[in-house]
Amino acid sequence: MNPVLELRDAHRRYGSGATEVVALRGVNFTVAPGELVAVMGPSGSGKSTLLNLAGGLDRATAGAVIVDGVDVAALSLAGLAALRRTHVGIVFQELNLLPMLTAVENVMLPLELGGAGSKAARGAARSALTLVGLSGKCDRYPDDLSGGEQQRVAIARAIVGDRPIVLADEPTGALDTATGDRIVELLADRAAAGTAVVLVTHEPRVASWADRVVWLRDGDIVDEVTATNTAMSS
Amino acid sequence: MSVRESLLALLASGPRHGYQLRSEFEERTAGIWPLNIGQVYSTLERLERDGMVVGGEADGEGRRAFELTSAGREELTRFLLEPGGEDTPARDGLMLKVLIAIDTEGFDPLKVVQAERSSRMGALQGRRRAHRDADVNGDMAAGLAFDALITRTESELRWLDLCEERILDKRRHPNPPTNGGSHKEHA
Repeated sequence: MNPVLELRDAHRRYGSGATEVVALRGVNFTVAPGELVAVMGPSGSGKSTLLNLAGGLDRATAGAVIVDGVDVAALSLAGLAALRRTHVGIVFQELNLLPMLTAVENVMLPLELGGAGSKAARGAARSALTLVGLSGKCDRYPDDLSGGEQQRVAIARAIVGDRPIVLADEPTGALDTATGDRIVELLADRAAAGTAVVLVTHEPRVASWADRVVWLRDGDIVDEVTATNTAMSS
Repeated sequence: MSVRESLLALLASGPRHGYQLRSEFEERTAGIWPLNIGQVYSTLERLERDGMVVGGEADGEGRRAFELTSAGREELTRFLLEPGGEDTPARDGLMLKVLIAIDTEGFDPLKVVQAERSSRMGALQGRRRAHRDADVNGDMAAGLAFDALITRTESELRWLDLCEERILDKRRHPNPPTNGGSHKEHA
């Protein structure tokens, strides 16, 4: 299957000369529709940089980032913002939910910013909240929801409008184990429904849900393992 | 693995012959430890000798059913309630391999960390899926067995991550601080 997200020999440097920091040094990384990929590695290994490039939040200094066949280097800032709205949902560790908006209004926001009518946006947001198991809490404010429920709202906001790519940066970081497991299961369900999901995590438990795990070190991918069904090996 | 006490526990549900005990043992431990039938019968013979079980007459197929005695029931209760205590850590192949690799001249210990980590992550992925299947089937014993394997593998993976961080840190700061202060971490 053709990848929906591709980094080709992607480099990212910050600064220059003596203060230059190389965050990514020639990374090749592809994700197919329906695939859940976990990215692991020590702090400073380039995980967040990779996610930022993949999400169009930052640009590569060399190499290419291709989202659904489009080379993002060729896009204007407005074009990049539009591509993000239609193609990429991002779940941050800091959830960035707006406290003065209800759950459904938070989820509607990216659609309305993209020009969708209020009625259509509300309908799509309710569907997304139903998918994450929050159909009964659409009109609650973030403060009235538990940590796990708030994270579900953030995921609903990332998947609303059937965006083909979801990027999640430590989405279970602030949650207890059982709630965290449910959040990852939810992302796995989205992948099973055809979304390409990239998950940055430092938790082996979380990464083990992925179809594929890649490890970064010093800006390079150093290892990769694909899920098998052997429960007892090693 | 305490085959002896496991057989006593299975017999607490009523008389069983060896083949029944073997299949129930494997069922209740999610098939993690395949049991040899010879081992089952030799253990039953020792239990009978010690008065923990009593064997009946052989049936038409030559199989003898064994029954728990009151001494056997007391032994089982004692085993279940007595804490295991802190033993000397068992020799750990993973730990030993990484520690040896660290000081092997001309060898990159990160290669060991990587190889072990990939292999364990693959196992963890398989076990998570097996655990989910056990949950779906309502098999609590299998679920708990996989919980144990999963938490152990997670702990090994976390340790391997620590190994990697320490090895990298040592490369970045080859000389330890002389004033007792800590290194400044580079992001």
